[in-house]
Amino acid sequence: MRGGVFGVLLLAASWAFAATPEDRLSTVFQSIEANRFDEAMQRVDALIQEHPNFRLAHLVRGDLLLARARPLETFGNVAKTVPAEKVDGLRNEALARLRALRSRPGEDQLPRYVLQLHAEQKHVLVVDSRRARLYVFANAQGRPQLIADYYVTIGKNGTEKTREGDQKTPLGVYHVTANLPRKKLTDFYGAGAFPINYPNEWDRRQGRGGFGIWLHGVPRDVYARPPRASDGCIVLSNPDLESVGRHVQVGLTPVIIADEVEWADAAAIESERKTLAASFEQWRADWQSRDTERYLSHYSTRFAAPGQDLAAWSAHKRKVNGAKQWIKVGTSRVAMFRYPRERDFVVVTFDQDYRSSGLSNVMRKRQYWVKEGAAWKIIYEGAG
Amino acid sequence: MLSYAAPLGWILVALALALPALADEVQDAAKLLKAGQHKQALELVNKVLKAKPKDAQARFLKGLILTEQGNAKEAIEIFTQLTKDYPELPEPYNNLAVIYASQGQYDRARAALEQSIRTHPSYATAYENLGDVYAKLASQAYDKALQIDSSNTTAKNKLSLVRELVGRPSATVVAAAPAPKEPAKEAPKVEAPKVEKPKPAPEKPAAPAADPSAEILKTVNAWAEAWSKKNADAYLAHYARDFKTPGGEDRAAWEKTRRARITAPKSISVTLETPKVTMNGADRATVTFRQNYKSDVLKSNSRKVLVMVKSDGNWKIVEEKSG
Repeated sequence: MRGGVFGVLLLAASWAFAATPEDRLSTVFQSIEANRFDEAMQRVDALIQEHPNFRLAHLVRGDLLLARARPLETFGNVAKTVPAEKVDGLRNEALARLRALRSRPGEDQLPRYVLQLHAEQKHVLVVDSRRARLYVFANAQGRPQLIADYYVTIGKNGTEKTREGDQKTPLGVYHVTANLPRKKLTDFYGAGAFPINYPNEWDRRQGRGGFGIWLHGVPRDVYARPPRASDGCIVLSNPDLESVGRHVQVGLTPVIIADEVEWADAAAIESERKTLAASFEQWRADWQSRDTERYLSHYSTRFAAPGQDLAAWSAHKRKVNGAKQWIKVGTSRVAMFRYPRERDFVVVTFDQDYRSSGLSNVMRKRQYWVKEGAAWKIIYEGAG
Repeated sequence: MLSYAAPLGWILVALALALPALADEVQDAAKLLKAGQHKQALELVNKVLKAKPKDAQARFLKGLILTEQGNAKEAIEIFTQLTKDYPELPEPYNNLAVIYASQGQYDRARAALEQSIRTHPSYATAYENLGDVYAKLASQAYDKALQIDSSNTTAKNKLSLVRELVGRPSATVVAAAPAPKEPAKEAPKVEAPKVEKPKPAPEKPAAPAADPSAEILKTVNAWAEAWSKKNADAYLAHYARDFKTPGGEDRAAWEKTRRARITAPKSISVTLETPKVTMNGADRATVTFRQNYKSDVLKSNSRKVLVMVKSDGNWKIVEEKSG
């Protein structure tokens, strides 16, 4: 993965996939590293011809030209009179793109967050804000399989959004809530937009504000924006947004946003999933048993549902459960995602099929589970 | 993050081709041009061309006159035709490039200069001009990268027009072989170009003791002499520690380039004409003069401005501007 073989990998990457502008830019850098400047110039010229709005390519071309006149002092050797922040965005974009290409996760590396996908979720999107990268995983019989990754722009002020106007990107587990086509948007959003459900239940409970966090494209006159340039949205180049868009299912596709994606192997993830799945199943069984105290033992002392704390929830459940002759609880379409940043914190979404001697209903539910000591406890429960 | 080495090596080999004897009238026309009498120069050269419409020297001179007159269109036609008739001559390509560059057509300028170098791999003027054109092209690429327009803020690069057709267009030109790799060795031996001794410092006016002009002129003359002697250390010692490099490059890079340019030619002569010192306070002065530069590969006459500052009792150059 690292060191000397990366060149081979890059080369393999540039042949294996349809050459994206980013792959082609990386071949320009390969030429430069091999001191083949004429070849680098030809490559960057061809790239610019096809993508005249790829500003980073123009910067590299500028360097290649200037190097013919005099020795370069830095990457992006623009005149000293140009404000540093102007060129820093492009420098950072170059760094982010190259770094991501050189450290693509290996075959055995999976995002630790994806514990369980349900069968209808065909893909999951994982954003690594530090790497300025969005990874698309396909659902291969329940196991995520990396199929593509893209350069992205995030908020000017980084991550951990807490309030409106802070120009930060939220961290957490979200899903796409809508698909807004180009014709419904101004040019600023480019090829389209996919809003996500920020702030979700957990964000609201944490008092986080703001709204309108979207995945979207870029205006016509640019190919990409610097790594940190948005007001909190996740921005992709238009062709990349279109590629990602082909995998998005509104209401289903999870978007997990992390500072730095934690990678783990399939066995470690499966062992975590099993522990949690066992607790989840015990919760279901205990509810069905009408042993309310055992059922309530699955709830954290910090538990809250919309409008109810643990005491209110417990009182209500004791009353309702006590009145039933029988309860049957079925769960299906269960998805489990570990939360980025938070310690041992998992969001579980499922269809709940509740039948009882009184009321019966079927609903989509969401629970947040947290590990307290050795046990997994529910800290939030509500409609999903 | 990345550093690129400059891909160009500076190979300066003297062009030792015989200077052809100019027809008297062409010589006269050249003198008129030098004197700024463009119209008369053009009349005379047109007269020559009427008799000898194919004369390369006369056509070249006409191209120069038209360029000076600002008639880029016709000048381009003349130099272009010369490159077709004498593809082995680097000068017409060079001058075409200068005109293209002045019009902001840097890609065409680059192509012409590369052609000039292809015909004469040792052609120093073309290299210098090409360096400037690359810098300009780079600046345009950076503008596109940053979506800015720096054309108003960066100084326009002045490229050097070649004033003399050095290579002799001969009757056997059609059969001319490609430029030899080392023309200096294979070309017929000619006498080395005369190196003009630096002119003595202009007579010192009987200045009052408080006027440091004399001292400044002495320093400037010493600077020109160090340059003429190709003594790069002595030459560079005349520049202040905080010297503003012309391209904004760092000091080491600039010194490296200067060192290469000073040591490469076989001979250099730098003389100053009509120097003028203007004091800006007691420790700062502006010196203007015409700089006459001659080497075995290049001749130029240009206006120069040196800004000098006195520190630790010595006058040093803090800024150097041409044109």
